[in-house]
Amino acid sequence: MNSQFKYILLLLCAIFVANTTLMASGGSTEEGGELNVKELILDHLGDSYDWHLWGEVSVPLPVIVKGENSGWQVFMSSNFHHGTVEYNGFYIAQEGSYRGKIVEKNAAGEEVRPWDFSLTKNAMALILSSIVLITIILSVARWYKKHNTPDNPQVAKGFVGFMEMFIMSVNDDIVKPCVGKNYKKFAPYLLTAFFFIFTNNIMGLIPIFPFGANVTGNIAVTMVLAVFTFFTVNVFGSREYWREILWPDVPTWLKFPIPLMPVIEIVGIFTKPFALMIRLFANILAGHSIVLGLVCLVFVTVSLGTAINSSMSVMSVLLTVFINMVEILVAYIQAYVFTMLSAVFIGLAQVEPHHAKH
Amino acid sequence: MLLQPEVGLLFWMLLSFGIVFFILAKFGFPVITKMVDNRNEYIEKSLDAAKEANKQLANIKEESEAMIASARSEQVKILNDAENTRTRLVNEAREQARTEGQKELDEIRRQIQLEKEEAIKDIRRQVAELSVGVAEKVLRDNLRTDKEQMAMIDRLVDEAMVSKS
Repeated sequence: MNSQFKYILLLLCAIFVANTTLMASGGSTEEGGELNVKELILDHLGDSYDWHLWGEVSVPLPVIVKGENSGWQVFMSSNFHHGTVEYNGFYIAQEGSYRGKIVEKNAAGEEVRPWDFSLTKNAMALILSSIVLITIILSVARWYKKHNTPDNPQVAKGFVGFMEMFIMSVNDDIVKPCVGKNYKKFAPYLLTAFFFIFTNNIMGLIPIFPFGANVTGNIAVTMVLAVFTFFTVNVFGSREYWREILWPDVPTWLKFPIPLMPVIEIVGIFTKPFALMIRLFANILAGHSIVLGLVCLVFVTVSLGTAINSSMSVMSVLLTVFINMVEILVAYIQAYVFTMLSAVFIGLAQVEPHHAKH
Repeated sequence: MLLQPEVGLLFWMLLSFGIVFFILAKFGFPVITKMVDNRNEYIEKSLDAAKEANKQLANIKEESEAMIASARSEQVKILNDAENTRTRLVNEAREQARTEGQKELDEIRRQIQLEKEEAIKDIRRQVAELSVGVAEKVLRDNLRTDKEQMAMIDRLVDEAMVSKS
């Protein structure tokens, strides 16, 4: 009970730190003028080439680009001085469709994107969460290897016990019932997907330095996850699964001469992972935007006088705390939903021919 | 802007998720789930074993109770046997003692009888000798003279005559 309170307090502290961080950054972008809430939120939701800490302080990240005529180049993002300076022909676009991205001028003088493999904020957050996840799971696995000999198995306590409960709940409540009888083949992928998404969701909610990136709210990340599910579903699909797509049990005129149903089914193959991609992306993005928007209330109401501003600040903090709690729930639910739907799709692709032709 | 996936991030995501998937699918989750399955199996087995052991224990208890009961009846039987044997032995001994005693007694009685007869014989002889002696002496005294001798003869004849008539 006591330790639970401690964690809640820690979370609240983290949120307040987030508020002050944002306040500082808001102050810096504002520069006395009107605060552009939309740009502020979009900048925080999007990727960036350095990891902003507070005010003018940020952690520079490596930039890896291949320009049209300058070849591969690796340098630190601090060379851009927050996008104000050009470096080796590259600069960060301040407006236009490439706003906030590294661009260069081609021979015709147009702004073009180079090949950009920079370790951006999101890429760094991804690598960090991968390391955290691998460390946690492998340490748990090592505990089992050490303590769980076949003739003298032990019951894990503490963190390992918690992880065991977590992993086995995903395994037994999502993977096993949704995939069906050969779930063991797909359990490693689905468990990895679940914990990868969950770790990134949670780490995205912690607003202090090495965390707080909007990783699972980035469409590139969810796209890769969806592509993995797409390949898992279709590569391991059974013969019956493909038969049902290409020659479904419908009246013949629906599939010949115009293959109406097969076309619908084939479109369905792609819409399923597409829905997975958009769902995770949109949910996490929305969560981050709501939190940011509520925090921005503090700065938006500055011009409305002290009374309104202070009362709105209190409201903003309370609402932010509430939304953060909801977001913790959403972090779990979205990981759960992604894993469950992936498991269901995999299970549907494992159909056996049903001999129900009376 | 947000809906457009960046090539760079796609690449890093593919790389990091691929590595995470490879490592965890090889060394992470299967180990854990397998161990937990093993443990569940072990628990099931242990439960079965415990059930079996309990059953056996109950059997053993029953058996031991049966054994105790049989031992008790055996004991009673043995005690009875012992009692019987004892009485039989005692009786036999008594019987033997009695017959032995009887035999001895008979022998003694016979001996006594013999000795008694011997004694009687002896007494009789002695009495005969004594009476012969006495008679000799008496006769010697009474028949010193002829007259006396004649008188005697007369008397004896008279007596004989009297007794014949």
